[in-house]
Amino acid sequence: MNCDHCDKPAVVHEIVIKGGDSKEVHLCSDHAIAAGYPLPVEQPLADIFPKLGSVAKVEAAKSKERSAKCAACGLTFTIFRKSATLGCPACYDAFMPMIEKVIESAQDGATHHLGRSPVGGAEIERVQNLRVKMMRDLEAAIAAEQYERAAKLRDELKALDSPSP
Amino acid sequence: MSQPFSAAMSQVGPDSDVVVTSRVRLARNISGFPFISRASNPVRQEIMRVVRRAVDQSCNGIDHDQGMRWIELQSAPSRDRILLSERHLVSRHFANSDGPRALALSNDEHSSIMVNEEDHLRIQFLCAGSRLSDAFKEAFALENALANCTNFSFHPRWGYLTACPTNVGCGIRMSAMLHLPGAQIMKETDRIKRAAKELHLAVRGYYGEGSESIGDFFQFSNQTTLGATEDALLEEFNGIVLPRLIGYEREARTAALARYRSRIEDIVFRAHANLSAARLLTADAATKDLSRMRFGVVMGLLPIELTTIQRLLLQVQPAHLSLIDPRSLESEEADREVRATYVRQELLRGTTDTK
Repeated sequence: MNCDHCDKPAVVHEIVIKGGDSKEVHLCSDHAIAAGYPLPVEQPLADIFPKLGSVAKVEAAKSKERSAKCAACGLTFTIFRKSATLGCPACYDAFMPMIEKVIESAQDGATHHLGRSPVGGAEIERVQNLRVKMMRDLEAAIAAEQYERAAKLRDELKALDSPSP
Repeated sequence: MSQPFSAAMSQVGPDSDVVVTSRVRLARNISGFPFISRASNPVRQEIMRVVRRAVDQSCNGIDHDQGMRWIELQSAPSRDRILLSERHLVSRHFANSDGPRALALSNDEHSSIMVNEEDHLRIQFLCAGSRLSDAFKEAFALENALANCTNFSFHPRWGYLTACPTNVGCGIRMSAMLHLPGAQIMKETDRIKRAAKELHLAVRGYYGEGSESIGDFFQFSNQTTLGATEDALLEEFNGIVLPRLIGYEREARTAALARYRSRIEDIVFRAHANLSAARLLTADAATKDLSRMRFGVVMGLLPIELTTIQRLLLQVQPAHLSLIDPRSLESEEADREVRATYVRQELLRGTTDTK
């Protein structure tokens, strides 16, 4: 239903009784404020049941955590939790929220590296993740006897290793 | 390796009365390879090839006079692997585990690189006495040399990436092996251990992670590796923590000697008598008595050189003993007999030398 004074949707609905007559009033938020009505507060369900909402959220996050898997090396969350050891550099991003917690608690709240860095640090990270994935694909190709694909991957790996000009 | 003792473990250095050895170890992984737990044997071989090439290019070559030796542990005789672990050059886990793995070792045995341990590389410098700054400098010199020939895994936020996420950042472990008989007699060891934990230090036994303390030897090491520079971590450990631990132990020794002189003399001289007379001796019993004698030597109670004690502490270990006399391998009784005979002779010689 639209506002009595314009085309905006009405948010205030009232029945006004004046001198024995009753009249329905429908106002948009702007005209409601102008007429001195308090605006109704929208209350989402999660606010009415805040605990239920957060439990659901935590559960959803946990289930996302549990199903997390590193795309580069294939390490699953279950294996990581059992061994406390990561599979490859890309795991740091794949299991980010958990890794963050583990590191912060082990490192007395520290969250960032302040020490030395190698020359070309960020570029190294990009290449290393790509390389781990290619090595895994190569092993899979050999296991599946897809030798043509394996040869192609091996050449690509070699190209990645040769120093760029 | 067949030489009967290595440099670091049998020498003495600054503050050797308390600090047996100093060590700095850097964890690094070669960029573009999975960590060890996800690396198949062919991948581990490839990692070894990459590291070997880097060592060959950067450290005066392999098997040259000033270069490093390359020892492949999967094909090394079991005695050699135990020798390396007794010299604290490899962890016991690394000595006994499976799969392609290697140790690059400098001729003086101070510098070494474990390849395919928990991380692809564990770059280490080990020396006698309290010399952490030297160890720090040398370990980074080796790391720098290798970094010129290969790329290490690095993350802009987390720093050097390690297989275990709790080692990220600088990937540095500084440790000092301390001899704490004074604290032990004054029953202060537990308090020191508690204080160390509050300072985020790990306290371990004679052979590092998972090992028991034998003969009042404890290994202290930093656990914080993130959120501070390498230099700040060194300054904290070497400039603040270590001097306090050394000072504390010295005070405990003085207090112990003032209060329990006869008891301490009894412990020290009985240990000497025991080792001078025993006909059968286990490695553990010998280590314990040598530790008591070490205390007597540094307190001026026994006229024996500290280097003699240090050398014997290493030589009584089973693999080292078998280098001196292979008959020790024949049976358990033979092992004990050879050890007792050797220690007796050496103590007789050590005492005569100083007269």
